[in-house]
Amino acid sequence: MSKKFRVDIAFDQCKGCGRCVIACPKKILKLGEKLNVQGYPAAYQAADGCIGCGGCFYQCPEPGAVTVLEIVED
Amino acid sequence: MSKEIVKFGKSPVFFDSFTRRPGPVKTNMHYCPGCGHGILHKLLAEAIADRGIQEKVMLVAPVGCAVMAYYYFNCGCISVPHGRAPAVGTGIARVAPDKMVISYQGDGDLAAIGFNEFIQAANRGEKMSVFFVNNSNYGMTGGQMAPTTLPGQKTTTTPYGRNVEVDGYPMKVCELLNSLDVPVYIERCALTSTANIQKARKSIGKALDNLRDRKGFSFVELLCACPINLRKSAADMNKFIDEEMTKYYPLGCFRDRSAESESKPLPPPPIHDPETVRSLLYPKKLDIGVAHTFRNESKLFDRELRLKMAGFGGQGILSLGIMLANMAKLRNFNVSWLPSYGPEQRGGSANCSVIVSRNKIGSPIIDSSCDLLIAISQTALDKFKDEVVPGSVLIYDSSTMTLPPLPEGVIICGVNASEIALKLGNAKCANSVLLGALAAVLKKNNILEGGDKADFDKVFNEAVFESFSSKPEVIELNRLAFVEGEKAVNA
Repeated sequence: MSKKFRVDIAFDQCKGCGRCVIACPKKILKLGEKLNVQGYPAAYQAADGCIGCGGCFYQCPEPGAVTVLEIVED
Repeated sequence: MSKEIVKFGKSPVFFDSFTRRPGPVKTNMHYCPGCGHGILHKLLAEAIADRGIQEKVMLVAPVGCAVMAYYYFNCGCISVPHGRAPAVGTGIARVAPDKMVISYQGDGDLAAIGFNEFIQAANRGEKMSVFFVNNSNYGMTGGQMAPTTLPGQKTTTTPYGRNVEVDGYPMKVCELLNSLDVPVYIERCALTSTANIQKARKSIGKALDNLRDRKGFSFVELLCACPINLRKSAADMNKFIDEEMTKYYPLGCFRDRSAESESKPLPPPPIHDPETVRSLLYPKKLDIGVAHTFRNESKLFDRELRLKMAGFGGQGILSLGIMLANMAKLRNFNVSWLPSYGPEQRGGSANCSVIVSRNKIGSPIIDSSCDLLIAISQTALDKFKDEVVPGSVLIYDSSTMTLPPLPEGVIICGVNASEIALKLGNAKCANSVLLGALAAVLKKNNILEGGDKADFDKVFNEAVFESFSSKPEVIELNRLAFVEGEKAVNA
């Protein structure tokens, strides 16, 4: 069974630069419509299919905004 | 049931909460959206954590956008003046050789104001790794032209584009550095596509490996995004770096001698003990000075004393001032010594002001009246005669000078110091003759009282011993000159 992953983007930490959106090989990240507490449109995972490459994590200039999680079934 | 495991997340080398950052936001860095600094910070934090060197790292961040790196990195961090990171880093690497010095510099910082510090540190092969953020402009101050700005690139100070005829060409730091023999590792990376970021990640790791293993000077240049100042979207920014900047700044490894370079052993710990340093510099010891409770009994010392020495350069004027200052220091006074001289080492005029006080000294300058003037040239005496007031002591070299009219009440003493010094075989000891004369004048006029009379000679001997402990043959000569000066006045 192939591994499953999920991207968690802290809504209020994202500055909406869009680097993760253009870097995502699966094109599943998008910039939202709603502005966060800092006034930026935060990115979010808009579709399934994350392969856990970590590209978005390394592209993101914020230390804690992007977390890539592996979903493990018991 | 399912659970989630963090595969990529915040590095433990970052603080959990950025409490050092002012303002309400404690989760984010201060950098603009899309800034390359953030990406590099993350790569650096990850590389530090992977190597387990968090406790050893000293991150030196000079003025520039990254000067506040200490807000974020939970390791040794220091902010330094613009461009001076390699100089401060050298200091750290020398006095604390077990620390691992990382210099984190921008392009305005490293390639302009701090280029000398950088290139000298590289040429000395200092044990440090330098990370160079090249974003083709001065980011912190609002996007002015930097040494790395591309020809024709518009910035706030080059609104028509960089004109190479006037502003020169982009500075290729890797290529310049590669002309030196010593650096171990030189590479240029770009923080654009994920593939490029992964290459940079490897380079940063290698630079830190070299740092940990004490291989020598490593340098990684990173072409970074500055989307706000360059007014570009994330995609356009990457395109600009990959297509425009890499034309001038080709990516790749310029030098990698990591494998064949040997790890340099840790040097013995530097000597921090002042007593040991003193014993190395001044091997001879003399029991000098007095207890901290010592206070002179003469009324003279109840107030601040303003002493001035003046003459030609080369007559020993400044040393005379230092000798007096040392004497006062050995009796627990506060002292200031302020020299004033021309650019020439010999000839020209020279003078120095010494202030001696039991209290704090406000200003080291004497510009009105002085308590003592020792003048060894006619021009010096003519220049400072107005500072001599009733009650002042004036000592002058009577073998070469004539006295101008002076106010009543000045205690005047002429001594043919140069002649006496020549008779003793060394013209340089004339200043000690003058000090002997001063001792005689102070005693004769009862300016020194009681035990202070004998103590003046004693403290002179202590000061001579301290000043010339590396030249013992001079000590006896100066003691003799002092005695002769005293004799000449009493005769």
